[in-house]
Parts: sequence; structure tokens; C-alpha cells
Amino acid sequence: MNWTWLHKFASPPHAYRLAGRLAPWFGWPAFLLIVVGLYGGLVLAPPDYLQGDGFRIVYVHAPSAWMSMFVYGTMAVAAAIGLVWRIKLAHAVAAAAAPVGAWFTFAALATGALWGQPMWGTWWVWDARLTSELILLFLYLGFIALRSSIEDRDRADRAGAVLAIVGVVNLPIIHYSVYWWNTLHQPSTLTRFGKPTMAGEMLWPLLMMLLAFTLYFAAVLMVRLRAEILRRERNASWLKAELGR
Amino acid sequence: MTATTAPQATWLLYRRDLVLAFRHWDQVLQPVVFFAMITTLFPLAFDPDLGALREIAGGVLWVAALLAALLGLEFLFRADHADGALEQLLLSGQPLSLLALAKGFAHWTICGLPLVLVSPLVAIALGVPTEALCTVALSIALGTGILSAIGAIGAALTLGLRRGSMLLSLLVLPLAMPALIFGARAIDLAIHGDSARGPLLLLAAMLVLALTLAPLAIAAALRISAE
Repeated sequence: MNWTWLHKFASPPHAYRLAGRLAPWFGWPAFLLIVVGLYGGLVLAPPDYLQGDGFRIVYVHAPSAWMSMFVYGTMAVAAAIGLVWRIKLAHAVAAAAAPVGAWFTFAALATGALWGQPMWGTWWVWDARLTSELILLFLYLGFIALRSSIEDRDRADRAGAVLAIVGVVNLPIIHYSVYWWNTLHQPSTLTRFGKPTMAGEMLWPLLMMLLAFTLYFAAVLMVRLRAEILRRERNASWLKAELGR
Repeated sequence: MTATTAPQATWLLYRRDLVLAFRHWDQVLQPVVFFAMITTLFPLAFDPDLGALREIAGGVLWVAALLAALLGLEFLFRADHADGALEQLLLSGQPLSLLALAKGFAHWTICGLPLVLVSPLVAIALGVPTEALCTVALSIALGTGILSAIGAIGAALTLGLRRGSMLLSLLVLPLAMPALIFGARAIDLAIHGDSARGPLLLLAAMLVLALTLAPLAIAAALRISAE
């Protein structure tokens, strides 16, 4: 198979320019979708008959939780590409994505706690979703910590990549064992949260927010990737020419 | 002179690690003492009543075993890295994943097996009934095996780093949580006189998976770290 197209994408100058060009194309739709989605979710959607207005945090919580997993997947795929084809840019993508993913995970945990306070009566419940999100946060922090502890960039890239792949293999095991553990200890927490039984006028803002968060991630990733490339290529001659324009 | 085959090399490396470890008897005992000490903390911190301790015994045994096994992981590749033996292993032309498996298994024999042997004693001190002691040993045996396999990946990744031990715990503990869930549950079931077959089988499945995949990751990590 011919992989030259991949290498063209992988050249830092090309990627730097492409990321700069793509960022607004992801960013503006994300912004518009967030505005419309939030209006639909916070104003147009009727209050839930059980949870009242409290359910509305789902419009931030569910997309954050979705992104926490999506970003980890992206990171692991990028890391695997970097490891297999020795493409440094892929490692840069993984490095740029990790903190964003960690923040999404934190946002999912924080909004989960905020939702739990009125619904469960406590800030924190050892619920399966919250617990597996917490472990996911630990995995992100481990990835970031490992990368930052290794001085040599090439080693940091590849060691991080191995860790990301090990993590992604373990994620389903962690997820299902936490669910098993949870059903054992508390059989009936409120789990009708975010299931597709939602009414249409509640559902469409949620889907819109999911798309918006994904696009937002893509936009932020592009910006962070540019920063990462700048950091890595700070002595390269193409960069001086590029910035001296 | 005939070339050493891969199984021979694996066996030789395993034996070498054991010989090196047992030259320092006292160091082999350290994780065991640590394990016993952590479990002593719980009666002091909670409630010395055996009935109350029995309720948390599974979790206590597992947390203590995880921490004790974690303690030794840092040294898994360190000496070999420092004296250049690791480079020789990389250059030996033998399959590195098999050698990694040998190192991991040696680590388990030195660090995990003593914990397994001492765990029934500690369990009795925590009020675990004698019928459950077999399950305790089995659960700790499978669990320390999983931790040796997963932990070796972390040890290989953090090889030669400053403050590597803290980082190692950060990397390995989240990955060991599923094993903790099933292992502690198995002991808990056995204490209450129920069959612990389900969680033990799941634990065994995890061990098989870890033994299959971890050597590949350890080998990749060693190649990265030893450059």
C-alpha cells in the first residue's frame, strides 16, 4: 500500500498550516451549535417531570462524558499511528489532546457532582459512571505525568504511546468491572439518565451539544497542535521563514 | 558451541534473577513485612473487634498486597539497567517478550509468592474463618500475578526516571483496579460462606489476558527506555 499521502500530512510545515486553516472551520460551527443547543436545552426543552430543571445539566454533562472517552480514543489512535509508522506529528496530536481530554473528564465529574447534589442528596456517590470517569481521569493524569517526567522528547512520545495503548486495552475491562462492582453494592441508582427514551424536544439539543463539543474539541486540538509544533520545531528553518512572513 | 534456544534463555534469565534475589534474603522479606504492617494499621485505625474486621478483611488484604507488590516493582529492571545487563538482553537476539515474561515471573516469585504464603496468616489475624483461607491465598496469588504483569509495563516505562516510584504508582494503580474489585469480592464471598468461583474465574481470565498481552508491551517499553 502507498502511504506517501500520510507522510505529506505528517510533515510539520504542512500540518502547521493545515491546522491553522482548519481551526476556524471547526470553531465557528461549534460556537453556533453551542449557542443554539444551549438555548434549546435551557429554554425550549420542558422541565423533566421527575427531576425538574435539574436535568438540564445533562446538556453539559453528557457531552463532556462522551468527549472524555472520545478524546482518549483519539489519543490512543494517534499514539498507535505514531508508534507504528514513527510519525512524530501523531505523537504531537496525542500530546495536544491529553490535557483537553483530562479537562473534559473533570468537567463530566464536576457536573455529575453538581447534578448529584439535588438528585441524590450528596455531592459524590460511588456510582458506576462517576467511578469509571474518575479512573479515566487517573489514566489521563498518568499519561500526562509520564510524558512530562521524560526529558527526551522522542522517548516521551513513544513511552506515552505505549501507555495510551495499554490504557485503551484496559478501559473496557475497567468499565465493565466497575459496573459489575456497582450493581453489586447499590442495585438501584437512577440510571435513566441520558438513555434514548428522552422526549424529542429534550433530545435534539443534547445531540446538538454532542456535535458541538466534538467540533469544539477538534478546533482546540488544531490550535494546541500548532502550539505543540511550534514548541517542537522552534529551531527549524521553515518556521523562521513562516513566522517572518 | 550450540546456540541457546528461546526457552533455555527464558529459564536461564528466570534462574539468574532468583539467584540474585536470594543472595539478599532480608530484601526478599521486606515486602512481606510491609504487607503485614499495613494490615496491622487497620485494626489500630478502625476497630479491633474481629467481627468488624472480617467485614473489611477482603479489601484490607488486597490493598495491602497491591501496595506491597508495587513497592518491589521499581527495582524490577533498575539494576539491569544500571549495570548494562539490560542492553545485553536487548542485543541477545532472543525474543524480548519472552525475556520480559521471565523477568516478570521472577518478580512474582520473589515478591508475590511470599505475600501469597503469608496472606492466610494475616487473614486469620483479621478474623477470616479458616474455610476462606484457601480462597484468600488463591485470590492474592492471581492478583499479584496480574500486578506483576501490568506493573512490569509501568516499571519498564519509568526506567531511569527521576521520582520514578511515584510515577510508577500513578501509572499502575488505575490499571490494577479491576483486579482489586474481583479479588476483594472473592475473599468477601468466601468469608460469608458463599462460592467465590465467579470472581476467581474472572480474575484468572484477567491474568491470562495480562500474561498474553503484557510481555509485548513490556518489550516495547524496554526498547524505548533503554535507548
